[in-house]
Order: sequence, then C-alpha cells, then structure tokens
Amino acid sequence: MNSDTTIQLAHGGGGRLSRDLINAEIVSRFGQGPLEGLPDAATLPWNSKKMIFTTDSFVVQPLEFPGGNIGDLAVYGTVNDISVCGGTPKWLSMGLIIEEGLSISTLRHILDSIKTAASACGVVIATGDTKVVGRGQCDGLFVNTSGIGEAIDGFNLNQARIAEGDEVIASGNLADHGFAVLAARQNINIGSTLKSDTAPVHRLVEAVQEYACEVKFMRDPTRGGLASVLNEVVENRNIGICLDETDLPFSTGTKALSEMLGIDPLHVASEGRIVMICSHLITEKILTRWRNMPEGTGAMKIGTVINDKNRVTIKTITGGKRIVDVPRGELLPRIC
Amino acid sequence: MKYIDGFRNPAAASRLRERITDLAGTLKRSGRTATIMEVCGTHTMAIARFGIRDILPDNVDLISGPGCPVCVTEPGYIDAAITLAKKDAMIVTFGDMINVPGSDMTLAQCRAQGASIEVAYSPSSAVALAQQHPDREVVFLAIGFETTIAPVTTLVGTAAGKGIRNLSLLTAFKLVPPALKVLMADPTLEIDAFLCPAHVSAIIGSDAYIPYTGPKGVPCVIAGFEPLDILLGIEGILKQLINEKAEVENQYNRVVRPEGNIKAKKLMEKYLQPVDARWRGLGLVTNSGLEIRREYETFDARKKHNIKIRKGKEPAGCLCGDVIKGKLKPTACPLFAAGCTPDHAVGPCMISSEGSCAAYYKYSR
Repeated sequence: MNSDTTIQLAHGGGGRLSRDLINAEIVSRFGQGPLEGLPDAATLPWNSKKMIFTTDSFVVQPLEFPGGNIGDLAVYGTVNDISVCGGTPKWLSMGLIIEEGLSISTLRHILDSIKTAASACGVVIATGDTKVVGRGQCDGLFVNTSGIGEAIDGFNLNQARIAEGDEVIASGNLADHGFAVLAARQNINIGSTLKSDTAPVHRLVEAVQEYACEVKFMRDPTRGGLASVLNEVVENRNIGICLDETDLPFSTGTKALSEMLGIDPLHVASEGRIVMICSHLITEKILTRWRNMPEGTGAMKIGTVINDKNRVTIKTITGGKRIVDVPRGELLPRIC
Repeated sequence: MKYIDGFRNPAAASRLRERITDLAGTLKRSGRTATIMEVCGTHTMAIARFGIRDILPDNVDLISGPGCPVCVTEPGYIDAAITLAKKDAMIVTFGDMINVPGSDMTLAQCRAQGASIEVAYSPSSAVALAQQHPDREVVFLAIGFETTIAPVTTLVGTAAGKGIRNLSLLTAFKLVPPALKVLMADPTLEIDAFLCPAHVSAIIGSDAYIPYTGPKGVPCVIAGFEPLDILLGIEGILKQLINEKAEVENQYNRVVRPEGNIKAKKLMEKYLQPVDARWRGLGLVTNSGLEIRREYETFDARKKHNIKIRKGKEPAGCLCGDVIKGKLKPTACPLFAAGCTPDHAVGPCMISSEGSCAAYYKYSR
C-alpha cells in the first residue's frame, strides 16, 4: 500500500488522514511554539498586547455558489479564524493565483465581493499579490488570505479548561455550506432553499465579551464539520461530549441532501458558524444574546461535556447511543 | 423531509421500544433468544447510526449478513478494474469502491499514480463521460444488488440507443435470495429470522421470500430504513417467534408490493441473464449473479476488453468472509480497530460505507 508515498485527495479532507499528514509532516517540523495544538490562529506577543495571526487558502469549486463566492469566503474564512481565537480582525492580505482564461468579469465580481465582505467585517486589505498561471495549472482562481487581529480582553480560551458539566452551543444551522457547494458543483437541484452559510462571526464573538471568562472554547466548524471539532476537543482527555440528536440544528435542504447522498451532516463544513463550549452558567445568556442577532437566530445548545473517555457520542431519536467519529476525508473535496 | 421526520419521531420510538422489551421478556420466560440477521448494508448502517442495538434487550441479537455489495465483491474484481485503468481506460465508479483493497492496491492509489478513475453519483455520469471523451474507453464498475442492478442496466439501453460505442460495464451483480438459501443451510449459523431489505424488496417483491418461510423456514420481515421502520420490523419478528410462525411480513408496504417492480424486473431480464457468482464469505453460489446477455455483449467490459475476473488475493489475516456470513461479529475480529481501521483498512467490511465493520467502528466502538 502506498498511502504513505503519494498524496491522495483524502489527505486534504479535514478528517483523520489530514490530521495524520499534518501531524507527521508539519507538526513534527514546526509544531513547537505558536503552532502547538494547531489553533485556528496563532496568538503572538506584540509589545504589551497580543496579536492574532492566521492564514487560509481557498480553492472552492465552483467559484460562485448559492450564498457566496470564493471572494467573500476568503475574507470570512480568515476573519472567522481570528474571531474564534478571541480576536478582533484588523488587516488582511490577499494573494490571487489566476488561471489563464478566467473572464475579467468573473474576477471583477469576486474582487467586488472581497471589498464588500472586508468592509462588512471592518477589516482592511493591507497587502496583496497577483500571479497568473497557464491554462490547466490551477482551476480558475485560487485565493489566499492572511489576517492579523487584536486579542479581545477577557477571553481565556483554552481546551484544557473544558470540564464535565460544560455545555456545547452552535450559533446556527450546521453544514449548509458544504452541501450548498456540493449541490452547485453536481447540479443537484433540491429547490432553492439550500444556501451556503458563508458569513462573518466576529459580531457573535464581540456580543459575548461580557461572559468571556466563562467561554472555554470556540471554533468555526469548517472542513470535517462538527464531528472533527468535537473529537479534537476530547482527544487525549478524560472527558467526553454527548450530543442530543433532537437538538441538532440542520436546515431542511441539508437534511434532504444528507439523506440523498448518505453523507453525515456532522462531517460537513459550515463557513459562518461558531461552535462554543462554555460553563453551563452562561449557556442561556449566550443563546438569548445570539438569537437576537441576525447571524445567530438559529443558535442551539447541542450537547454536554460528560465524564467519558475521550469520545463524542450522540443520543439518537430511538434513545440509543452511538459514537460520533471523525470523517475519513475526501467526502467533499474543494469546498473552501 | 416531513415524510422522513414522521419515521424519526422520538415518542413513537419510545413506545416501540417498550413493546419490544415486553415481547423479548415473553420470549425470555420460555428460555428463548432471538438471533435476527439483517441482510442489507443500509439496515446495518441505520441500526448502528440510530443506536438500535444499544436499546435491545439482551436476549435479542442483531447480526449483520452479506448486505454490503462492495464487501461481497472479491479482490479480483478490483484487480480487473485496475488492469483496465492501466490500459488507459477511464474507470467510472460509485465512491464506495475507491478505497477497497484489491490484491495489490486500491483504485484510489491507482488514481494517485495517474490513472483516470472518476467517482459518479449516478450511472448516467458514465454516459456523459463517454460522450465527452469519444477517444477513450469508459468502463463503469457495475456491482450491486437488485436495487442497483435495475438503474445501472439502463446504461446498456441508453448507450445502445445513442450509438455510444466506447462505454462498457464490468459487471459483478449479485442477487439476495440465493444468498439467504446458503445462510439458512449453514449449520454453524443459527438464524431465527431475517430482517429483509427495503429497497431490494421493492424490486423483487415480498413474494420472493416465501420459499424461505413455512415449516422449514424462518420469519422474513421486510422493513424500511428509518428507525421506526426497523423497530417495527423487530417487533414483527418477535411476535412471530413467540407465536412460532415463519411468514413473510411486509412492514414496508408503503413501497414494497408482493410482486415487486415489474418494470425493473423486465428491464433486468431484457439485458441480463443468471450466472453462478462468487461471493466473498459464501463462495460460489448457483445462479446468484447476473451478466450481460450475449446480444448486448459489446457492452460487457469482460468480453470487449478480453479480461478475466479472478478470485484475487485476500488480505493476510482478514476475516471479512466470516463477518459477511454473520459468523463473526466485527468486534470479535483480532484486527478490528487494531490493525484494521477505516484509514488503514485491511478488508472491505471496514472500508465500505455499508460494511459491518465500518458500521461498528463508526458508531459503536
């Protein structure tokens, strides 16, 4: 077998193979210091303050999909990585790799989206780079954004603080992004209801600053979905997380596609949601606050941290319990 | 989705659970247990996904049978597909086959080495690809049970109708009823009842199970794939066992008719003919497969490309054959979750999305 000698698509899927690759090849070389624990963004000392720094590359196909395009996705993706690390996003870089033959009007449309998205998030595109490669050497357009933010006072996000009795909250319907992109790519028509959830989450983070010290963990559940995020939380810990199937927020379109294609929505990416783990004392307060904001109307408590051995389980509608595993990858390549 | 939600009603599930507990209690008082085999991979996954084993009383055991089409396909089939890919054919397959080990490698590994292997969500993609690449030979990997056979078979008609000459099917179709016969005849298996598949039954009809019931048979209850369907199916089986009956019961009568889907059956008959087929775990089973009829053999990849499907080499230490037959629970295999995981699968039952080992690994370790 030569999965060790050649990169397969599954290595990029956000599942176990991705994790193995990153651990073996990246963490082994660069894993000390800020990369340790692989947070969404690095928190770095900057004079007396803390700077949050992150980068992300976007290769989504198709470039435009219901609810967004590669441009706003590239802004929100990086903004969200900074936000869920407890930062206020400030500056972004924009690297474009353009394939010969891309229509100028498509490029214009995407750049306009980047501009609108950056302004909606209060970030400035501060530096950038543009490269053009020959036909067939990339696929239309790839975008890289890096971002710098400033740490918001009060947050003490640390997975080690998560303890039995804490609760898990999702800020809205999960998995719509992955399924919307898949539907657009495969021309699967299930009506017009399914749209990507691509959106910034910085306002949701700012809105809970008052309770910041009781917030222990935030993540935007992108590749690998909720299942990957939560499994990472319990890894090597003497805790478990138990979800309740009846509480999980999924849109009708996502449920329909998930059934049609046999893809577990717990494994599918969102691009405008937060998964938070916090003390049970503030769950209701956060839900109330979020539900009063347009980007948080669908917020739900979805699970509880329990005394269990590093596994994520779900209480199904039959009353039985099963585990929630990480996806293997290659479920949905190139969704972000 | 409202339709599905109706079959996932927690309150109704809770009532069924109580009834199953009562029936199992009655059975237990007469010192009896119920070993129920589900012979459909989708049932296997649904049972695991909805945690149904977790809520069953201890004298009711659900064992998984040869219900995963990928798993019952022998490694030699993958080898044949890889041979064709290396001869520059474009292979079109459902995603499930991509990571199944052949004798030497998987299709995914073959693709990483540069072969054209396309994953399709619908057989019609194969037609589209053949039209887009008139200079390439396109081979569709046509495996599956009755449910898949009918739609895949339409490819032959479509290609013939459109005059497409660069498309062929590498078939390894399997039929469910002949497998039941083998399982019932095996003295090492003590199966008290079959939970019969939903979609396969929609094609073959509930009458297809009559030969496996009666004085020498067992209860055969057809159930849908939703959690309430499965619970109702189990309830029906327990009632029959208590009353010492062995009948066909069609819990899924909103879809399954006694005679099945006549149109699909006619379509299969038009293009396909019965053939003895080899199953991993069950061996050679008489008339348990279908192959393309001679009149349409230009669409038969085996004949067109003069390729033989051999048995192939089973991975060392792999007990998938026993798992498929229901003789061994996945967790009882020494390799389970040790040498064999979905990422580094030794056998197909761990890799296929409908494999028993995958179901246990994914949902109930």
